[in-house]
Amino acid sequence: MQTTIADLKIGQKGTISDFNIEEIPLKLLEMGCLPGNTIELIQIAPLGCPLYYNVNDSHVAIRLETAKEIIVVIENQN
Amino acid sequence: MAKELIKVALIGNPNTGKTSVFNHLTGLHQQVGNYPGITVEKKIGTCKLSEDTKATIIDLPGTYSLNASSIDENVVIELLMNKKDENFPDVVVVVSEVENLKRNLLLFTQIKDLEIPTILVINMSDRMQLKGIELDIPFLENQLKTKIALVSSRKNIGIEKIKELILHYESLSTEPCLNASSIDPEYFDKLRKAFPNQLVYKLWLVITQDVNFLNLERNEMKSSFTKSHADLKRLQQKETIKRYQFINDTLKIGQKIDQSKASDVRAKLDRVLTHKIFGYLIFFVVLFAIFQSIFDWSSIPMDFIDSTFANLATYVKTHLPAGEFTNLISEGIIPGIGGILIFIPQIAFLFLFISVLEESGYMSRVVFLMDKIMRRFGLSGKSIVPLISGTACAIPAIMGARNIENWKERLITILVTPFITCSARLPVYAILIALIIPEKRVLGFISLQGMTLMVLYLLGFGMAIFSAFVLNKILKISSKSYFVVEMPSYKIPLFKNVAINILEKTKSFVFGAGKIILAISIILWFLGSHGPGKDFKNAQTIIEHEVYSSAIAINPSVIPNRVAEYKLEHSYIGIIGKSIEPAIRPLGYDWKIGIAVVSSFAAREVFVGTLATIYSVGNNSDEESTIKEQMKYEIREDGKPVFNLATGISLLLFYAFAMQCVSTLAIVKKETNSWKWPVIQLVFMSGFAYLTALLAYQFLK
Repeated sequence: MQTTIADLKIGQKGTISDFNIEEIPLKLLEMGCLPGNTIELIQIAPLGCPLYYNVNDSHVAIRLETAKEIIVVIENQN
Repeated sequence: MAKELIKVALIGNPNTGKTSVFNHLTGLHQQVGNYPGITVEKKIGTCKLSEDTKATIIDLPGTYSLNASSIDENVVIELLMNKKDENFPDVVVVVSEVENLKRNLLLFTQIKDLEIPTILVINMSDRMQLKGIELDIPFLENQLKTKIALVSSRKNIGIEKIKELILHYESLSTEPCLNASSIDPEYFDKLRKAFPNQLVYKLWLVITQDVNFLNLERNEMKSSFTKSHADLKRLQQKETIKRYQFINDTLKIGQKIDQSKASDVRAKLDRVLTHKIFGYLIFFVVLFAIFQSIFDWSSIPMDFIDSTFANLATYVKTHLPAGEFTNLISEGIIPGIGGILIFIPQIAFLFLFISVLEESGYMSRVVFLMDKIMRRFGLSGKSIVPLISGTACAIPAIMGARNIENWKERLITILVTPFITCSARLPVYAILIALIIPEKRVLGFISLQGMTLMVLYLLGFGMAIFSAFVLNKILKISSKSYFVVEMPSYKIPLFKNVAINILEKTKSFVFGAGKIILAISIILWFLGSHGPGKDFKNAQTIIEHEVYSSAIAINPSVIPNRVAEYKLEHSYIGIIGKSIEPAIRPLGYDWKIGIAVVSSFAAREVFVGTLATIYSVGNNSDEESTIKEQMKYEIREDGKPVFNLATGISLLLFYAFAMQCVSTLAIVKKETNSWKWPVIQLVFMSGFAYLTALLAYQFLK
């Protein structure tokens, strides 16, 4: 199933398939947020933003609008 | 014997313990300066490698890659690109960390492409066993074409190995790890042909970012090799993917991770510290502890410094032969130095907390918790750090806003930070509150004076948030919110790092802001004890004449005080004060307060010192209680006390809002690279202060 990483549930993992390159900071790419890498949603801040992910073993927090630009394929629906 | 000197640059991602490695290598042989023209800290230290070889080590700002997104990161690239720079390294030491090796190696492969001898330090090796990580060092050295030092800066292991590798840097390979130009061979071939003498990777860096390079014909390159922004970024993405492919392939063989050993300390702590209720609760407890320490614990050393300097001044005055020089020392220099040193306890406590919070990894969680709330006011979660630091001093706070990626959010943070009650306002508040607020307790335990102080802090914070909100509405700057915060793993802060950080920050305050405070104190003393014309010179005879020729009998013992007052009134500073009196009378201030207000435009804390000088001239006692007493009995022409409730509140409000700090204005100019913003700050903050003080006085009088 395809969705954006903003729609992941806490603890859910997905594989990044695509993103809108214009809207993604280069720094995020350099931290390993690249197509083919696994991304897991770890925590959502109390007011729904920012979101805290583990991608490619990097732990990063990004804002909702950035998260909405990153598309993932969810591997297993448990 | 001629000693050999090796120039070393220390580079690494943030949170890799790069600074600990630097501290271990150099100890206290460090010098902190600034890069010319910008306020990025430049740390250089020396380290003895062998009997006749020394290394100068430059600790560059932490960066994730050679694609700079802040002025701090720019420093790294500019140094590595410019072979003519006096600090251009003979050898680069890349500091990485065992848990984030994959990401850390991205920067490493980029630096290798610059063909500079490079050593790889893998730090935090003490965590390998805990995390179940095994490394095949010979394999990694071979693949990465480098030498590796496995280091634990926490346990002080491996530092000697780094020194040894630096000593033999000439034997290191300068070959790149991978061929990055294969991402677009055609384009890079063209580039290579156009500039045969330059490294292709260097050219690529010049094209992709705004860095000032001295020797490259940047404009020429830009015009003939330009691509659209999106195309360039796509290429950068390709480059990054390619680098990660290489790194992943290398680590697949060179690194073994036993997943079962991965501990979940981070997850557990995160669950509590970023919890929707506990998270905020813990944060407020931490904040409370910080303020408690700044205002309560530091009062003991502050009182000590205060009384020591007062005693010293008295001692000098009584023991040195009377004269101009003694007066300069006892009335100008000693109180001046005391006025600087008195802030050390607060600043040290504040930086103790800030560096512990940052080192432990907690600060990132606070940023995470607060971002959404702060954004409503046009700020970023990252603005929290400057706003907290602002309670000590706006200068380091404004510099701390540098890691806010979004320009608009950063600018607003810089503009509103000076509203936060800094420690320089504290002595002003303290003396005024003591004068106008009765020492009573409400409900038996809440001190009225303490409450007033708290209200003033809240007022400053509220004003900062409110003006951020307004600025957010007014400022038409569109910049993308590139908010990316690394959430580092939790660590127990290293004592040595914290201690060195406190020492450095305090030192830079003492020598930075301190210079200004001291200079002002001396200038003030001069202006207050010298004057033009006959009136000043002949004060003694004029007053004596007045007293002895008076119709009513006046006790001659008042002569010295009357002379001093007359002198002050006709000194340079008295003339200045008198001339501005019409402007400040509506606020309830007389010319003496006027002098204090004007002189504290350089630095707020000068206020108390100035009033002390003004009211205690001719008085031998320098104790603060005397100043307070003197202020209390200061009487207006109509017989009412000068420092009544209306004047006091008016002054408190003025000091809460006015932009009275030359150093802050200077730093804002540097950070925003324009005079526009500091001028706006000065005019608006001070204008607002004048208005509120005026309203308060007219309403209360």
